[in-house]
Amino acid sequence: MTTEAASSASIPQQARGRAAPLDPAVRVKLYETMALSRAFEEAILSEYHADKGPGFDIGKGLIPGEMHLSAGQEPVAAGFCAHLTADDAVTATHRPHHFAIAHGVDLRKMAAEIYGRETGLGRGRGGHMHLFDPETHFSCSGIIAEGYPPALGQAFAFMRRGTDRIAVAVTGEGAANQGGFHESLNLAALWKLPVVFVVEDNDWGISVPRTASTSISSNADRAAAYGIPGERVENDVEAVYDAAGRAVARARAGQGPSLIEVHTLRLWGHFEGDAQGYRPELSEVSEHDPIPRYEQLLRNDGLLDDEKVAEIKRLVDTAVGDAIDFAKSSPVPDPTSATSHVFA
Amino acid sequence: MTITEAPHATRRLSTSMAMVEAISQEMERDPSVFYMGEDVGKYGGIFGSTTGLLDKFGPERIIDTPISETAFIGLGTGAAVEGMRPIVEVMFTDFMGVCLDQIYNHMAKIHFESGGNVKVPMVLTMAAGGGYSDGAQHSQCLWGTFAHLPGMKVVVPSNPADAKGLMTSAIRDDNPVVYIFHKGIMGLAWMAKNRRAIDEVPDGEYTVPIGEARVAREGGDVTLVTLSLSVHHALDVAEKLAPEGIDVEVLDLRSLVPLDREAILASVGKTGRLVVVDEDYLSFGVSGEVVATVTDQDPGMLRVPVQRVAVPDVPIPYAHDLEYAVLPRHDRIEQAIRTATSR
Repeated sequence: MTTEAASSASIPQQARGRAAPLDPAVRVKLYETMALSRAFEEAILSEYHADKGPGFDIGKGLIPGEMHLSAGQEPVAAGFCAHLTADDAVTATHRPHHFAIAHGVDLRKMAAEIYGRETGLGRGRGGHMHLFDPETHFSCSGIIAEGYPPALGQAFAFMRRGTDRIAVAVTGEGAANQGGFHESLNLAALWKLPVVFVVEDNDWGISVPRTASTSISSNADRAAAYGIPGERVENDVEAVYDAAGRAVARARAGQGPSLIEVHTLRLWGHFEGDAQGYRPELSEVSEHDPIPRYEQLLRNDGLLDDEKVAEIKRLVDTAVGDAIDFAKSSPVPDPTSATSHVFA
Repeated sequence: MTITEAPHATRRLSTSMAMVEAISQEMERDPSVFYMGEDVGKYGGIFGSTTGLLDKFGPERIIDTPISETAFIGLGTGAAVEGMRPIVEVMFTDFMGVCLDQIYNHMAKIHFESGGNVKVPMVLTMAAGGGYSDGAQHSQCLWGTFAHLPGMKVVVPSNPADAKGLMTSAIRDDNPVVYIFHKGIMGLAWMAKNRRAIDEVPDGEYTVPIGEARVAREGGDVTLVTLSLSVHHALDVAEKLAPEGIDVEVLDLRSLVPLDREAILASVGKTGRLVVVDEDYLSFGVSGEVVATVTDQDPGMLRVPVQRVAVPDVPIPYAHDLEYAVLPRHDRIEQAIRTATSR
């Protein structure tokens, strides 16, 4: 477990408690996943703010409504989803893009949903907090902690069918104080459901620091109350990858759930338009950005160089540009169809 | 009753036995069906909703849960998303408060939010209603609340044959269906029951379509629109008033979502008089919706003002005489019919 995130870039991989070095291809893939996710969020950030003026009108523009971007939290999604296939389920939070991207949700359909287009994942009925992709068994919920219970059911169905498919249920640190969190941990532990519970602790419940909301320093300690393994790792994609690997293997083997808390980083505001005046460390936040740090680590280990980084950047920018072009050129839903799809 | 497949012989069954028979037949037919809830295993459901099913199907498919409605309703939704057909029981409608988010924000909305790409074929059963001094937290109907929130069908049977056919339809439906059974219709040995709680039930598989009301009694003078246990009170009163020449048509809604508005309009179009009887709260609910169904179409259909008999906007009292003062019982129904037919 890495306890000092800031030091991870300077410590050689072999010296960080790893028995065998991580496969170089996996390491580059983790970087690429994070880079794609960041490129997407930066593009959405730019697009979102492009037409909100004069001033800031949240309901205005091609992407209206609340926008919760995941910059800084990429290591969590990349580290977990590297162990999953499209047959596994992921239930994410109101801040879902990094998990959707890492799990392989179609970028075009996702972008189109964010733009409220007929070609989107939900034909413009869902929006960025309500992304549902049956092809990758991906979903998310805008209600704190309430994405956990449906994951139990997906895991239950996978188990009943005799498969080794699993469900990864994601929530934030604020959710650990909700009833649905505890009901889910107990039931999953009781029935040995193949679930991995993930807590993204980004230190902030909107404006309330974790220290003001939570009586203990690690939500991973709560696992002990349900007799399941609990682990807290820092925002280091390889530390997340390792912890996720243990939890995923346990779930696939029919040994039941685990709880992994990642002490991650909310690089930007709770939602766009949040000036974050409540955040005393604001000026230093970008220093902790996990992606440049991981890039430097891979450069030090000889896995990335200027040319390779530029190639990855070109690839992710192309993919994101294509998705946004697709979204913006897609038709908006016909207003006369607003009442359709209530029932099957 | 609409029989979609040729039924076999009928037997006399209680409503709970008829409901259980439907679940049993569907579980035999479809291995993806399972039943989950509190005390549904060895106990057989507090109100007899799963009697005998554990012995027949075992604990893998008749599943006792912890008292964690949020977790197990969400579990049902997730399992349904993956193609299973869960039947999930909330012991009392009154308990919706501890798990409503999973019901109305998840179970009921996922299909819509996914643009129709994800289906949630799930049945959520729950017991409703008062009349036995169980107080304000264990006696409510609340079906109007579920019906108000979009994305779930709401089924409210009144008798054994409908209970079976509607349960079969609910299990086979690709949408979330909230199946609300009034304790007073179940034919329980330990609670006063109406005399129609045990009745003829076909023994084969059959469906009663969700969204079709039933004319429980034909009549020409006044339309009485009601549902669930109140159907029986209404029929009792209609029989009592018949010798006086007051001819009451009783319409049993059977489901609230979809609401059979055409049946309401057809009957009121015939009688010109409307009484609505609902054991749910009076304001902002089912009775108002039934009246609006008529007035939206043509207020001129009504020859006299509508009479509504429901629970006045008060929590259900505990003391017997207080509770019976607020429930839509025979005396209040009779008075409403007499008022509606007096001119």
